[in-house]
Amino acid sequence: MLIELDVNGRRQRVDVDPDRTLLSVLREELELTGSKYGCGEGECGACTVLLGARAVRSCQTPVAKAAAAPVTTIEGLEREGRLHPLQQAFVDEGAMQCGYCTAGMIMAGVSLLKSTPSPTTDQIVRGMNGNVCRCGAYPQIVAAIERVASEGKKP
Amino acid sequence: MTTRRDFLKEVGGGLVVVLVASRVPALATLGAEPSLHAGEADDTDRISAWLHIDERGAVTVYTGKVEFGQGIRTSLTQHVAEELRAPVESIRLVMGDTELTPFDMGTFGSRSTPQMGLQLRRVGASARELLIGLAAERWKVERSRLVAENGRIVDTQTKRALGFGELTAGRRLTETITADVAPKPATAWTIAGSSLPKVGARDIVTGKHQYTSDMRLPGMLYGRVLRAPQMGATLANVDTSAASAVKSAVVVHDGTFVGVAAPSSAEAKRALEAIRPTWTPPSEPQPSSTSVHEHLKRSSSRASGRQAGGEGGGGAQPFVHGNVDAALASADHKLARTYTVAYIAHVPLEPRAALAQWTRGAEGDRLTVWTGTQRPFAVRDELVRALGLVPERVRVIVPDTGSGYGGKHTGEVAVEAARLARGAGKPVKLVWSREEEFRWAYFRPAGVIDVGAAVSEDGAITAWTFDNYNSGPAAIRPSYAIANQRVAFHPSDSPLRQGSYRGLAATANNFAREMHVDELARLVSMDPLAFRVKNIEDARLRAVLEAAAEKFGWGKKPERGNGVGIACGFEKGGYIAACAEVAADRASGAVKIVRVVAAFDCGAVVNPAGLRSQISGGIVQGIGGALFEAVDFENGVVRNARLAQYRVPRFLDVPEIAVILINRKDQPSMGAGETPIIAIAPAVGAAIYDATGIRVRSLPMARNGLGASTT
Repeated sequence: MLIELDVNGRRQRVDVDPDRTLLSVLREELELTGSKYGCGEGECGACTVLLGARAVRSCQTPVAKAAAAPVTTIEGLEREGRLHPLQQAFVDEGAMQCGYCTAGMIMAGVSLLKSTPSPTTDQIVRGMNGNVCRCGAYPQIVAAIERVASEGKKP
Repeated sequence: MTTRRDFLKEVGGGLVVVLVASRVPALATLGAEPSLHAGEADDTDRISAWLHIDERGAVTVYTGKVEFGQGIRTSLTQHVAEELRAPVESIRLVMGDTELTPFDMGTFGSRSTPQMGLQLRRVGASARELLIGLAAERWKVERSRLVAENGRIVDTQTKRALGFGELTAGRRLTETITADVAPKPATAWTIAGSSLPKVGARDIVTGKHQYTSDMRLPGMLYGRVLRAPQMGATLANVDTSAASAVKSAVVVHDGTFVGVAAPSSAEAKRALEAIRPTWTPPSEPQPSSTSVHEHLKRSSSRASGRQAGGEGGGGAQPFVHGNVDAALASADHKLARTYTVAYIAHVPLEPRAALAQWTRGAEGDRLTVWTGTQRPFAVRDELVRALGLVPERVRVIVPDTGSGYGGKHTGEVAVEAARLARGAGKPVKLVWSREEEFRWAYFRPAGVIDVGAAVSEDGAITAWTFDNYNSGPAAIRPSYAIANQRVAFHPSDSPLRQGSYRGLAATANNFAREMHVDELARLVSMDPLAFRVKNIEDARLRAVLEAAAEKFGWGKKPERGNGVGIACGFEKGGYIAACAEVAADRASGAVKIVRVVAAFDCGAVVNPAGLRSQISGGIVQGIGGALFEAVDFENGVVRNARLAQYRVPRFLDVPEIAVILINRKDQPSMGAGETPIIAIAPAVGAAIYDATGIRVRSLPMARNGLGASTT
């Protein structure tokens, strides 16, 4: 089936089974491998992308459903060679070890900051709890999100 | 294997410094890996590295170590930059490539920092001195007035300068050095010792970094492998006709190996599901997780006879000192307890993955495999053996990988991908599913530990017996000064495939030891900190304990009925102490770790931010094994083979963590990937007791609340 997607601001046509996961289409058909497979059951968040402004598990999203709204992946955050503030904050806070969860963490964090621009630590922890960092970089990830939130508060 | 001659043929002009593999004497006794590395002891001598500076001043360092998130690419870069005085940006590390890098036994055992770090400092220092020599020759001046600075050699008198690349232009200079070059002392470091951000971080936050599982080659297919329904089952026969009918899928049937490859992972999955196998179950029933501890203890006498001497140092030979029986007989107080630990899974977020490509050359077939393994040279040898090849025609390349924690020592996924690629006649990428990771990888061993001790009325430990069944000999001997000791490791028949894990058995042994010490302290009505300080002779261990206790506010009563606990440990050259505060509810059994203070001393600190991250990461990972991680299995089937069923630490599980670094610039830098994990479980266990009066002697301690696992 021919499906038209808007991915990172570009129109993409893919001819695939509509039941295929958005994750497999992004990775295998569109060569956008920043979103990761971690568990295939929506439990780890490594595959998180934005559908509209909402963070979704791309491993649990049939590709046909993704045609409904623009898809943003980790590859779509940079603007003219400048990192998104949360990407920059992850670098500055050292909020990664192996980095495999990082794309999903950043996408979940971007979504959280869109809905809650000045989150409390508790809101960050609860909002991010669906994403797993097996290396345990959680404190640094919280610090990265807090850094962006506090920069946003500056006049 | 890459030889020095091959390497020299490959690189272009410029300066080449080769460090010939040589012993690192002070470190040769570092804890050897049990079981997985038996018979490789001689290879500890072979820690080579080489460095090339091209005519434009670009520095390329070749090392067999691999980057798995522990930050070694960054800290090794700092070591080279420090000695060579080259900008960090000009240095690139080629890591874990059996064709380009020198042989390396593997990245495990916290050896990269003490061994490879030291070697690269020597290589960098030698290169710097050679460059100064070249400049002195060219300018016809004394060496002593020249310095290396920011990628250039500068004449301190005239201020003229030449870039490293310019100094070698037009020539190829090769220098072979041995390990007796003295690198700078840590007190003189300016680049090492600083918090350089992770090398490659930008490619990670933009999604550009290509892990093995992200790679793609032209014409590449996606693989899947047929798995048995239970461990020990064998394939009786298989009907692959329906799978072969799936459009564009290739079925590969090679002895007992059956797999498929297809242009998309979805088609590969469909083809796999169309295979109709018939399995023969194993003839005897296998122990389950509920009976495993009895099984391990019962089977140990058989196993120890068979495996004696093959366990890398622990073995079946007990360590005996003084007269334990006499000391126990005349003791003021005695205490004997049994501790147990469950099998746990590594759960690396990037599952095992390999991309295999066969190419036909004049001299025959060649195999290249990209795979995330901690032991690229060992995996190459596995491929050679499994596929009947010669080492010269097999290349293993390790892209920076999505973690391992000791779980990626083996090459099963590489062998499977290579079989599929050979059968399909095209490159094949194979990524294990999460479920395959849970079912078919190996686990951290379960174990039973019997501890006995005697303590005098004034709080001196006078006797110590310690028997570990199956979980391993790492850090098995106490760091306390005890005159009479008998300590032994007893191998058992493990019903599950088991192997290395971050910290090895040091976590289990330190849990049993430190929980026991906490109980001994209370037996003589002493504060657990004071009791430890009284029985510790090592000043560095005492220092981490006291630092953690001070920052934690040890001795102050915690709020709201919370409990506090303290524990310490020494392993692989690192000293760790942790204090924990927990909120534990006796009635409901719920446990929440509120805060943790940890102090760590691993000698001179190479990268403080990276080190803090390793310590807090080890604590977080340790919380999983301490409180809730366990593999459930029954008759050869893992029952909780999904992430929804196997709980790993998440944001909500993380306490407030404060880390104290004790930077001993007068001491060699040791590894930090493992030891910080070993103190958290007993600190939490002691805190649970302090809060509730319940002694939990089994890991995990609070999987279904406290009640289920108490003794």
